[in-house]
Amino acid sequence: MPSSPPSSRHRELGLTDGEFELIVEKLGREPNPTELAMFSLMWSEHCAYKHSRRLLRTLPTEGARVVMGPGENAGAVDVGGGLAVAFKVESHNHPSAVEPFQGAATGVGGILRDVFAVGARPIAILDSLRFGELASPRSRYLLERAVAGIGHYGNSIGVATVGGEIAFEGPYEQNCLVNAMCLGLAPHDALIRSAAAGPGNLLVLFGASTGRDGIGGASVLASAELGELDGAKRPTVQIGDPFEEKKLLECSLELLQRGLLGSLQDLGAAGLTSSAAEMASKGGVGLDLDVGLVPLREADMEPFEVMVSESQERMLCVVEPERLDAVLEVCARWETLATAIGRVTAGGTLRVLRGGEPVAELPVGALVDECPLYDLHPAPPAVALYPAPPATLAAGATPGQTLLELLGSPNLASRRWAFEQYDCLVGSRTVRRPGDADAAVLLLGELAAEGDAVPALGVAIDGNGRRVACDPYRGAVEAVLECSANLACVGAEPLGLTNCLNFGNPEKPHVAWQMTRAVAGLGDACRALGVPVVGGNVSLYNEGADGPIYPTPVVGMVGELPDARRAGRLGFARAGDTVALLRASGWAPSLGGSELSKLRGEPLATSLPAAELGELRALHAAVRQGVRSGVLRSAHDVAEGGVAMAVAECCLAGGLGAELAIADGEDPWATCFGEGPGGFVVSGEMPALSAFGDALVVLGPVAGEVLALRCGELELTLGVAELAAVHERGLSARMG
Amino acid sequence: MKFGVVRFPGSCDEVDALLAARRVSPAELLWHGDRDLRGADAVIVPGGFSYGDHLRVGALARFSPVMEEVERFARAGGPVLGICNGFQVLCEAGLLPGALLPNTSLRFLCRQVEVQVTGRPTAWTAACAPGDRLSLPVKHTTGRWWAPDPVLDELEAAGRVVLRYAPEANPNGSARDVAGVASAGGNVIGLMPHPEHAVDALTGSQDGLCLFRSVLEHGALVAP
Repeated sequence: MPSSPPSSRHRELGLTDGEFELIVEKLGREPNPTELAMFSLMWSEHCAYKHSRRLLRTLPTEGARVVMGPGENAGAVDVGGGLAVAFKVESHNHPSAVEPFQGAATGVGGILRDVFAVGARPIAILDSLRFGELASPRSRYLLERAVAGIGHYGNSIGVATVGGEIAFEGPYEQNCLVNAMCLGLAPHDALIRSAAAGPGNLLVLFGASTGRDGIGGASVLASAELGELDGAKRPTVQIGDPFEEKKLLECSLELLQRGLLGSLQDLGAAGLTSSAAEMASKGGVGLDLDVGLVPLREADMEPFEVMVSESQERMLCVVEPERLDAVLEVCARWETLATAIGRVTAGGTLRVLRGGEPVAELPVGALVDECPLYDLHPAPPAVALYPAPPATLAAGATPGQTLLELLGSPNLASRRWAFEQYDCLVGSRTVRRPGDADAAVLLLGELAAEGDAVPALGVAIDGNGRRVACDPYRGAVEAVLECSANLACVGAEPLGLTNCLNFGNPEKPHVAWQMTRAVAGLGDACRALGVPVVGGNVSLYNEGADGPIYPTPVVGMVGELPDARRAGRLGFARAGDTVALLRASGWAPSLGGSELSKLRGEPLATSLPAAELGELRALHAAVRQGVRSGVLRSAHDVAEGGVAMAVAECCLAGGLGAELAIADGEDPWATCFGEGPGGFVVSGEMPALSAFGDALVVLGPVAGEVLALRCGELELTLGVAELAAVHERGLSARMG
Repeated sequence: MKFGVVRFPGSCDEVDALLAARRVSPAELLWHGDRDLRGADAVIVPGGFSYGDHLRVGALARFSPVMEEVERFARAGGPVLGICNGFQVLCEAGLLPGALLPNTSLRFLCRQVEVQVTGRPTAWTAACAPGDRLSLPVKHTTGRWWAPDPVLDELEAAGRVVLRYAPEANPNGSARDVAGVASAGGNVIGLMPHPEHAVDALTGSQDGLCLFRSVLEHGALVAP
C-alpha cells in the first residue's frame, strides 16, 4: 500500500489522494510546489472534464459543413462564399456568483478570445443568464451587475450583443448562471489551430502583463461547490480590461492576416500552464518557457503564480525566429506588449525555467491527457429534488388575469431593460435586433445593391432548466428543438450547435442521472435534426447548501439564410392577415412544468410531452420555407406561456390586435397556456397559407387594437396597450 | 471628395463610419499616430471607447498626433463630424461647445430614437430640410450634453443646435433635448446619435445618409 502523502497541500488545491499518488507514480517522484500547482489546475474538472468527457463523446460532432470540431478554441462551420463561422458558448458561473460585474465581463472577454484565437473576427455575442427569484434582493443585485458587466465588455470592445435569455428560478439563488456565446467570421484559409510545431520556434506571450489575479480560478472556484466563505474567494476572480482586449483582438487578427504566426492560443482558465501544455500536447512537442521573461505586474511573483495566474487579455503564439521582429513590430503598433518567453523543443516535456534554472519539468502527456476520467454513477432521485415554486397567481384568476400575470412575470416580461444596455448594432450586420424576431439575424457580408440577395446568419440561444428538472431527457431535447424553431422563424437552416452543460455536483448520483439523461436527449435531438455539435463547455458543481441548480443545458445554434431581406419577424404585420397555428400532428401542450404551473405554485411535473423528432424536423423546414418565400408574414414558436402568450407577443411586437378562436381540447387551459414542442403562431394571407395542409389550424384575423381569444368556455379580451404596459413594466419596474 | 475616418486605439464604429461614408464618396481610415489626413476633404471622428475611456471620455484621444491635424483642418474651415465618442473628443478638443456627462439613468442605453433637424444649415446637415425627423440609434453611457444656460441661449440664437431629440424621446437627459451642436462656422458638428448605423432600411433606417450627403453636396459652402 502506498504511503500517504506527507502533506495535504494537494487537497487544498482540489486533488484527491488517489490523484496525487497517480502524479507521483507518473513522475517517479513527488512534484515540487510549482509542479503540484500546475497539475492541480490541469487535472481540475474545469480543464480535464474528468466527469463529463465520456458523456461528451456520445454527442454527434460530424457534418458536411463542419470545418473545425470540438477540441479547438472554438468550433467552426462553413457558411459559403469561402467563409466560416466560428462559435462557442462558455460559462462563467462561479466568478459571477462571487463578483457579478467582473465575473460576467471576463466571461465575455474569455469567449471573445476563444473566437479570435482561431482567427475569426468576433461579430456577435449572446448570453444566457439564470438567477434566483426576482423577488430576492440578491438576484436583483446579481442581475443588475451581470448585465452591466456584459455590456461593459461587449460595448467597449465593439462587438454587438444581439440576443440572449434570462430566467429566474429559486434553485439558482446561490449559484447564478452566466453563459456567454460568441460567433466570429473568417475566410477558411485564415482559420488557425493551436498546435505548437517546429522545434526551435519561439513562444511569444502578448497582451496584458501577468498579475496575481485569478490564481486558482479553475480549481478552487470553478470545480467546487459554492459555500459560505465565498467572499474570501474574490481574489480568485479576474478583472477584465476590454480596452486591452480590443488592442489584442486587432493585433492578433493583423498578425494572422500577415501570415506571421504558426499557431495561436488564448490564455484562459489555468493561464500559461494550460495554454502552453495544450499547445504542446496538440503538436506532439515540448516547450521550454522562462517565467523570468514574463512581464509581471508585481516583481516578486513566485514561478507557480506566474504559471497559474488567470490575468485576462493575454495570448500565446508560436513564431518562426526570423519572423519575431515583424511580430514585435505589429504588436508595438497596436501598443500591445509582446515578449518571447520560450521555445518549442523536441520531445514531450514542458520545462519551466526561471532565469535559465529549471523550476518545473513535466511530461506534457501526463498533464494534458492522463488525468483519470471518472465514470458517473447515475441514479434517479428517490424523492423530489426541488421544492414547488412559491405561488404568485391568485386562485380562481380569470383567463385575462392569467395572461396579464404571465406577461408581467419575471420570466416572460419584456427584456428591454436588459437588452437596451447592450450595443446590438456595432459592426453594421444586425438585421433583426432583440425583440424583432425569435432569433437574431446578422449579415454575412457588406450590404448588396438593392434587389440582390444578401446572405445572412440566424443565431439563437436557449435552455429551460425547470423543464429539464422535470424530465432531463425531454427537457434537453426541447432545448435543441427550441433553438431550431427559433431559427426556422427567421428563415434560417441550422448549421451547427454549441452547448454549455450547467449541472450540480457530478459525484452525486441524482446529478449524474440528470447529466446522463440530458446529454442523451441532446445527442438524440441533434442526430434527428442533423445538427452537429462543434464545441462547448461543461460547468459542474453548481450547487450550494440548498442543493443543486436546475440541470441547465444551454444550447446555442447558428444557421444560414439565403436572403436577409426575407428574414422573418415575430410581430403581426397587417390587419386582415390570417393568424394560424402550425403544429405537429401529435402536438399536445400540457401544463406540467409550464410557466402557468409555476405561477400557480405547483410541484414540478415528472414528465414532459414526447416529441416526434422526424415530424418536427419537417415542420421546422416548412416554417423556414414559408418565411423564406414570404408566405408567412410573421412566425413565432409557441414556448413559455403557451399559445395565449405567443399570440400576445405577436400582437405586442406588431402593435396590432387579433380576433382568435381555437378549438378546445380536453382542457382549454392546457390548450391555451400549456407548453410542449411542435407549435408555431404564424400569419399571412389566405389562400396561400393553406399550402401548409393539415398542419395548419386557422385561428382568426389580425384586427384592431384588442386581442380576443376564445377556446371553449375560456375567453379573454384585452387591449394591446394594456398588454404592452404590463409586459414592459414586468422587469423594468422591479429593476428601477 | 474623400472622407477620412480616424482610428484610435479603442475605436469601435470606425469601419461602420467608413462603409457609410463610402456610400456617397471614397473614404479611408486615418491612423491616430500619424500627423497626416492623407488628403481627406472631410474628417469623421467615430464612435467607440478611444483609449478605453481612461481618465475621462475623449480626454486622451484629443492629444493623439492625428488630432493636431484635425484641429488645424477644422479651424481652417474643414468639415469635421464627431459621432458619439467622436463628439466627446471634439468637445474635449475645444472644437465644439459643452461637455458630455453620464446619462441620467447612469446606464448604457442602445435605442432607436427620433431626432429633429434644427438650427441653420451646416456642412453636415444642409441636405436635410429643417424640421426633418430622422430615425437614428443612440448607444452610449456618457451622452448627456450640457452647457451653462447663457452658452446654450447663445447657441440657440445662432442656430447652432442642429439636432434635437423629439419631445419625450430624449434618451439621456441632455439640456433642452440637444442631440447635436455645430461650431460657429458650421463646418464642425458633433452628435450623440449614430448616422453611420442608419444608412440602409435593411438594418433599421437610412435616415442617416443625409449627413454624409450633405458634406458631399454642400461641404464646399464652408470648405477651407
